[in-house]
Amino acid sequence: MSYYLDFEKPLEELETKIEELRKLSDGTEIDIASEIKRLEKKAKDLRSEIFSSLTPWQKTLIARHPERPYTLDYIGIIAEDFIELHGDRRFADDPAIVGGVGKINGIPMVIIGHQKGRGTKERIYRNFGQPNPEGYRKALRLMKLAERFKMPVVTFIDTPGAYPGIGAEERGQGEAIATSLMEMSRLKTPIISIVIGEGGSGGALALSVADRLYMLEHSVYSVISPEGCAAILWRKNGELGTEDFSRAADSLKLTAEDLKSFKIIDDIIPEPLGGANREPETTAKKIVEYIFKALEPLQSKSASKLIEERYKKIRKIGSLTQTTQ
Amino acid sequence: MAWFKKTREVKTEKRVKIPEGLWVKCDNCKEIIYKKEIEKNLQVCPKCNYHFRISAAERINFIADEDSFMETAAELSTTDPLNFEDTMPYSERLKENKKRTGISEAAIYGDATINERPVVLAIMDFSFMGGSMGSAVGEKITCAAERALEDKTPLIIVSSSGGARMQEGMFSLMQMAKASSAIAKLKEAGILYIAVLADPTFGGVTASFAMLGDIIIAEPKSLIGFAGPRVIEQTIKQQLPENFQRAEFLLDHGMIDIVVERKELKNTVYKLIQHFMPLSQES
Ligand SMILES: [Zn+2]
Repeated sequence: MSYYLDFEKPLEELETKIEELRKLSDGTEIDIASEIKRLEKKAKDLRSEIFSSLTPWQKTLIARHPERPYTLDYIGIIAEDFIELHGDRRFADDPAIVGGVGKINGIPMVIIGHQKGRGTKERIYRNFGQPNPEGYRKALRLMKLAERFKMPVVTFIDTPGAYPGIGAEERGQGEAIATSLMEMSRLKTPIISIVIGEGGSGGALALSVADRLYMLEHSVYSVISPEGCAAILWRKNGELGTEDFSRAADSLKLTAEDLKSFKIIDDIIPEPLGGANREPETTAKKIVEYIFKALEPLQSKSASKLIEERYKKIRKIGSLTQTTQ
Repeated sequence: MAWFKKTREVKTEKRVKIPEGLWVKCDNCKEIIYKKEIEKNLQVCPKCNYHFRISAAERINFIADEDSFMETAAELSTTDPLNFEDTMPYSERLKENKKRTGISEAAIYGDATINERPVVLAIMDFSFMGGSMGSAVGEKITCAAERALEDKTPLIIVSSSGGARMQEGMFSLMQMAKASSAIAKLKEAGILYIAVLADPTFGGVTASFAMLGDIIIAEPKSLIGFAGPRVIEQTIKQQLPENFQRAEFLLDHGMIDIVVERKELKNTVYKLIQHFMPLSQES
């Protein structure tokens, strides 16, 4: 009972058939067993075919896949003795951002991430992963805690964006994000950020000013959603559809591959065939591998060297030229 | 009946204003006002005190000493890293904006003096692609902060922007982190940064350097926020409260220090500098 995206539909047919055959057979009929084998091979080939040529819009849909592992799913797999910590000590606890302490491979770390919900009730509770200012203030409080106790910080990025609401504005959404950016740039402890799903604009950036920034293979990171971009550019022409969103997603260059080529991210974490939702455990293991690959050189650096290098890394991003008018 | 009569009167008034370009309609109170009168009043409506959006060049004259502004990196511009094309190629759009505004990007920065106190001054210009921040604007703001740090001079940034510039994708978004990182260094060094928010200030500019001022000043009635009012309305499907996201609303909610009228801006900034970074007796 998996959820299939539109472009995965041919796969769904095949896999339903395999499932039916399995139910029919008790494992003794050789004919059926070999037919299952044949179909499985076919499904695998089809899957690698589909996944080897994903468009940016299809990647966007995978990044938002309802069965894609979320922050707490990964924490559940990789962190030992994790204890979630709540609240910004100012106003509220924001369920759209979770954070806490736990050990990864025996090393205590502060782990923070955007949290989406599964099922209508939890999705509403998590505000669809769209934080309010309190979320960012909680995240920063936990990062400061990590700094004081010399623990590395790992952040998972997965949000459509910061919440556009009246309360959010009244309580300083802009200020909360800005302060997060500023404080993260000077945090005297290593920060590793991983985009696991949707990197939605400022609300995503607010947790990703890091020494190392990685993206899962099928995640996306963008200044604006393809829908938002299409609405600004082509709304005048009437109703918008998949074609417009595809065009916008192409233009925005939001895939891990694009952003690695721009040197905006450090590396791409490969996903299992068919995406992280197919094998959360395998994906989580890969994530841990990259966390430690990043951490090793960072941990030996002095705090001042660490933040100076972080500054330089962010400082050089830009696409500039001198013009003569 | 009375109401009807009134609108008719306005209409005749409109018909009376003969010479084109001598009169302007105030965006806020909708009154028709003699253009010279507004100019004399620092581009502020004499009827309702609405502060008109002004170009960076005009702004310099209202905040810095006459002829004191020396622009740095005037020719700094952005490339088109995404090869972005909407209704026209981004590179064309840039050219068109440069030609129309006479500036190379949506922000300028340089050295200036305010009542003879040296400052680093950066000013955004909303008329250049809605004041949006791409690589060049991010670079200029960052350079301005770095220059202030080097010279131990106060930094003043006047913002007016719709936010991050879509056409440069993630390059634009990362400018928020870049500029905020530079401001962080200023804070550690104890150099005063005064953020002036002009109408409108939104998105990635609000969520980075604009809200990071040691002191945050806004012009009266300016619209300031993270999310645009239309986006909020569509999301919550509710009407927005009166005065929502106006400077006075932010003041009420504790998000800014002061609302200052344009004619008082220069002196207020000067006094703040003198308080926070007094010149030592000897110098
Ligand atoms: Zn007026």
